[in-house]
Amino acid sequence: MGGSLNLNHLLFLLQGAGWTVVLSVLALVGGGILGFAVALCRVSASRAVRLVSGGYVQLIQGTPLLVIMFLTYFGLPAIGFRISPLAAAGASLTIYVGAYLGEIWRGAIQSVPRPQWEAAEGLALSRTQRMTRVILPQAVRIATPPTVGFFVQIIKNTSLASVVGFVELARSGQIINNSLFEPFLIYSIIAVIYFVLCYPLSRLSRRLERRAGQGRGQTLAPA
Amino acid sequence: MSPAPTSATGQDPAVRLSDVHKSFGTNKVLDGVSFDVPRGSVTTIIGRSGSGKSTALRCIDRFERIDRGEITVCGHRVHEPSLDLRALRLDVGIVFQSYNLFPHLTVEENIILAPTAVKKMPKAEARELARRVLAQVGLEEKLHAYPEQLSGGQQQRGAIARSLAMQPKVMLFDEVTSALDPELTGEVLKVIEQLAADGMTMVLVTHEMAFARGIADQVVFMHRGKVHEIGPAAILSSPATQELAQFVGTGL
Ligand SMILES: Nc1ncnc2c1ncn2[C@@H]1O[C@H](COP(=O)(O)OP(=O)(O)O)[C@@H](O)[C@H]1O
Ligand SMILES: [Mg+2]
Repeated sequence: MGGSLNLNHLLFLLQGAGWTVVLSVLALVGGGILGFAVALCRVSASRAVRLVSGGYVQLIQGTPLLVIMFLTYFGLPAIGFRISPLAAAGASLTIYVGAYLGEIWRGAIQSVPRPQWEAAEGLALSRTQRMTRVILPQAVRIATPPTVGFFVQIIKNTSLASVVGFVELARSGQIINNSLFEPFLIYSIIAVIYFVLCYPLSRLSRRLERRAGQGRGQTLAPA
Repeated sequence: MSPAPTSATGQDPAVRLSDVHKSFGTNKVLDGVSFDVPRGSVTTIIGRSGSGKSTALRCIDRFERIDRGEITVCGHRVHEPSLDLRALRLDVGIVFQSYNLFPHLTVEENIILAPTAVKKMPKAEARELARRVLAQVGLEEKLHAYPEQLSGGQQQRGAIARSLAMQPKVMLFDEVTSALDPELTGEVLKVIEQLAADGMTMVLVTHEMAFARGIADQVVFMHRGKVHEIGPAAILSSPATQELAQFVGTGL
């Protein structure tokens, strides 16, 4: 044991950072798909669908991500489902992110002014057409800044995957520190890497917010 | 399938309200409203704020459901649960007080959306149509502008053009000029006057008394959820009731 920080250690940290990115992307894609479905369910015409999706959001928002991770990684095998650390972390993040993005996007959909919904109705557009052609394109513009901002939180939250034995950035730092005993140096490096991952997104989020405030007449992303 | 609209004979009014009642909670907003709008004619609804004008208009296009009574629009029995809502809205165009062109679409895209999506009109044909209806409202040069680049008056004319592109049989207007600066009001009213001259059946809620008088074949004066006085535009010059006299007196 012991020794000093060398290139191999740094490469190991970068590999951990790579897994942090992989987890974050998994969480965004999985959580994004689930969140989109949740948002649509939350504004559904059916009361039952609204209630069930609302219950899901309440349940997840009232549960720490850490507990969701424990439940999928240790809980599922206990009732007979074996699951890898990556799958457990990915699934947990998807479930967690889906609830929060669903809520952010529901808010965005509902903040499209009522006259816009009625104008679309008055033109005889079907419910699906109203959603896809009128409401969602406007909701996307409203939702983009908070979504990017939330993604920054996700990147940092992936560090919790270390509790299920997944070696991402924070865990790889721990491992190296266990052999080098240079906690200040190593965790400073870890912090810098997280910062490098998150800062551009934070900047982007703030820029988008300013732009949304000005309200340019162009779509950011058509639905 | 819901029942097909009864075929229109020349005698059927385009819109008929019979003893329409509507409450929001305990607030009785329409209290037995009845009037007919003959085909090709213009009816203006006037009255104090809160008298139920907008609600009456919104009931015609089934944005509100009524509690009691009957509404028939171009053969559609609006009060019945079996109403074919889409068919109703194909026959009725509505323009609201607030600007509601879709902000993420250009004026042209706003106009061709419903014809292409609902009527499956080919895009080229819809673009041609967009040019025509924009010419009708004097907005040809704004084809590719976004709503936020337009004045309030231009936005309202754009919204009228968007409705016209669906070739409705009846047009409803709810105080479409009341959010506008006075100097922009005229351009919108002129467009509506031209529509009237072209024979469009229209129901319009307005507080522009001179305009209401000039354009109306029939004036409906609403007061506390009731049709308090109804008749030709001349009733504005010689009101039969004290309430209308007072309203006209303060409204001018
Ligand atoms: N969606 C609604 N929910 C509850 N009350 C409403 C609603 N729409 C209108 N009202 C009430 O109905 C009354 C008549 O409103 P409205 O038809 O808008 O009158 P007007 O257009 O003549 O000013 C008002 O007291 C208003 O507050
Ligand atoms: Mg009103």
